[in-house]
Amino acid sequence: MEFETYHFDAVIVGSGGAGLRAALMLSEKGIRTAVVSKVFPTRSHTVAAQGGINAALGNILPDNWLWHMYDTIKGSDYLGDQDAIEYMCREAPDVVRELEHFGVPFSRTESGKIYQRPFGGQSLNFGQRQAARTCAAADRTGHAILHSLYQQNLRAQTTFFVEHQAIDLIRDERGDIAALMVLDIATGEYKVLRSRAIMLATGGAAQLFRTNTNARINTGDGLAMILRAGLALQDMEFWQFHPTGLSGKGILISEAARGEGGVLRNAAGEAFMKHYAPHARELASRDVVARAIAIEVQEGRGCGVNQDHVWLDLTHLDSALIKQRLPAIREIALTFAGIDICQEPIPVYPTAHYMMGGIPTNIHGQVKTLNDQGEVEVLPNLFAVGECACVSVHGANRLGGNSLLDIVVFGRAAARQLIEQLSHQPLDYFDAPLDLQPVERRIQRWQACDASSSDGTPASLRQRLQTIMETGCGVFRTEDTLNKCIDDLTEFSAQVDKLMLQDRSEVFNLERLEAFELENLLALAWATVHSARSRQESRGAHYRLDYSSRDDDNWLKHTLYFQSQPVNTPRLAYVPVTLQPLTVPSFPPKKRVY
Amino acid sequence: MLTLRFSIQRYLPEQDRIPRMQLYELALAQMPRDWMLLDALEHLRQQDPTLAFRSSCKEGVCGSDGMNVNGKNRLSCITRLSTVWDEVKDKDGIIKIHPLPGLPIIRDLVVDMNQFFQHYAAVQPWLIPPAGDRDHELLQTPTQRAELEGLYECILCACCTTSCPAFWWNPDKFHGPAALLAAQRFVSDSRDQHTQTRLQALDDAYGTFRCRNIQNCTANCPKGLDPSGAIRALKRKMLTE
Repeated sequence: MEFETYHFDAVIVGSGGAGLRAALMLSEKGIRTAVVSKVFPTRSHTVAAQGGINAALGNILPDNWLWHMYDTIKGSDYLGDQDAIEYMCREAPDVVRELEHFGVPFSRTESGKIYQRPFGGQSLNFGQRQAARTCAAADRTGHAILHSLYQQNLRAQTTFFVEHQAIDLIRDERGDIAALMVLDIATGEYKVLRSRAIMLATGGAAQLFRTNTNARINTGDGLAMILRAGLALQDMEFWQFHPTGLSGKGILISEAARGEGGVLRNAAGEAFMKHYAPHARELASRDVVARAIAIEVQEGRGCGVNQDHVWLDLTHLDSALIKQRLPAIREIALTFAGIDICQEPIPVYPTAHYMMGGIPTNIHGQVKTLNDQGEVEVLPNLFAVGECACVSVHGANRLGGNSLLDIVVFGRAAARQLIEQLSHQPLDYFDAPLDLQPVERRIQRWQACDASSSDGTPASLRQRLQTIMETGCGVFRTEDTLNKCIDDLTEFSAQVDKLMLQDRSEVFNLERLEAFELENLLALAWATVHSARSRQESRGAHYRLDYSSRDDDNWLKHTLYFQSQPVNTPRLAYVPVTLQPLTVPSFPPKKRVY
Repeated sequence: MLTLRFSIQRYLPEQDRIPRMQLYELALAQMPRDWMLLDALEHLRQQDPTLAFRSSCKEGVCGSDGMNVNGKNRLSCITRLSTVWDEVKDKDGIIKIHPLPGLPIIRDLVVDMNQFFQHYAAVQPWLIPPAGDRDHELLQTPTQRAELEGLYECILCACCTTSCPAFWWNPDKFHGPAALLAAQRFVSDSRDQHTQTRLQALDDAYGTFRCRNIQNCTANCPKGLDPSGAIRALKRKMLTE
């Protein structure tokens, strides 16, 4: 096959907050940068983040980045790496002020400062009173940040490959990752982007589950590319189920609704969170609240005809405050449930939301893997940032408001490191010939069309996969559900092998795009179920009914998963959690109570 | 049993010389109360995987799935199926779906939005803050911040601009309502240092003043924004400052 080849100093895959923050710094420094995105940049899923971004600015209550660090470590159920968490929390006030200068229309306090709201899992002075640390632009903070970052990239004249799907990383003859294969969706043309450095910023993959808050594009493309390149994914058993998805739909109802005073009630009208988190109640960390809701429903205290949800009640709040602080939530409830949240409670149930695991990196965004001797090794010139990366700042459970923070802090950190590295690298780096065979095989697989022999479409198979994963790897897991999940995936993989496409067009062939995405999701399904089956404890979002407590003696460690052939015999390895921060004393694991 | 009928504009450049309408049917036990139009379109795609349209977030915030339904520009993910059915059920009983008008068609309901985004970029939609001090927040009172309400929430779906006759007539020169809404967003931001330069650059017979106050933009905005009002405010500011 012949491919048009383009040359850049840096190629960023993904145009959400992480990718755009990195791109902005690179473009401003004159690095020849291309951003590849399968959608127009402002369609990236950062746009849907609602509640806000954490930073110890202390605009409402006194605050300290060390308290933020403590809360994040506790929230992570001690699986987060304390060096990375210290770095993120210290950088937070600076990146937020920087965003403000980029134009983000934050809500304001009476004195004109950035408005901050209380959010789950945050406290003053190491677990005492509730903090107010989440900087907000009403309940459209992600939209405000993503648009501002795109706007600044327009100013900096960043090059975009819009509506280009990343297919795979390409190695050169020396074995180094040296290029990226992309598909121009509008023309069907495949292109090779050679680059001195590649940064993956492809976001999350909660499309793996039937009920989710994620966009259709969140299929974990970058993560599956890493697996196919023979590299590792870390902690893939940890998926966050957001407590308050709109029942039946899964659409996100922001934690801001509880931060502003919303209360969860069961069928008897009881505010049940006091039984699960006596102090923090509605603002305990997300894994705790999600399990509480699931238990209320399982034990027969669910609301509605089918008793399949609980109520999120905001009716006691001042409706002027709701209209000012939660306008988008009001709009969503009205559009999708026909409910005015000022008058009626919202039916909610947990929904797959966020991937704590991902591509292992250090705090400079450099991708890590294990070498042949089983030692951790940093790859030259390959970076990962944002939800697709696992630094790990979220460990086993992410705090609300730390995701928008993660993407801008590490987007910026990785760009800094990349600039530093390029300044030392010889310019002849482009020269080694590429090994295109593996990616050509993958392309050929989906060029063929034969409607007659196929059972299902990529879209219907995705739904089947989502159901398998929700049943086997949901809020509660056991050896049995996970084994069943492996059997189902084995059968499902055979179905995908037989899948043939019907759309023969080269122009905007969405069926082909969905086939590539389906392969990616399936690779992550295997990573998730194998990692989850091996971890015989409950920690953060990974809850095993058959091993219901945390086991620090055996499991205070990160999982590394490698794809192998056949996929139902995985290769797993474990590496220690970094308990030593950069400059402050460690926070040793202790019992987690909210 | 309820059979919904859809007439959807198709265009595959490799086989169609001009666009054509294709009839689809969707049989349902009854009208699903919580379905959006997007849910129905996804079912049609399972019948016919070659039907192409953009969509992503499914909740009206990414701006991907603008399309013309029964003559009105809308986002399929936040438009109730029952609403568009009610509009036609006592007439010909066919829900009619076309691409957003006034932009080149790539395939089926997918339009080429380059021109739309070029106009957006042309109004320099980025904040120019005071130089220097990056270590402190730029203060903005709640009243100053309130000036941005109804302006910053735009999702760039193009429902407004592609419903605007002034844009249809001069798509190469008239910025259109979405871009002008963005212009007004930055003109109104108390933190921005280039208000005068912006107003001068926008003071142009085509770029801004092709707006004839038709107000299709406001009628078609799926987010309930008022681009027409924003353009009026922008023109007023040009005259007074």
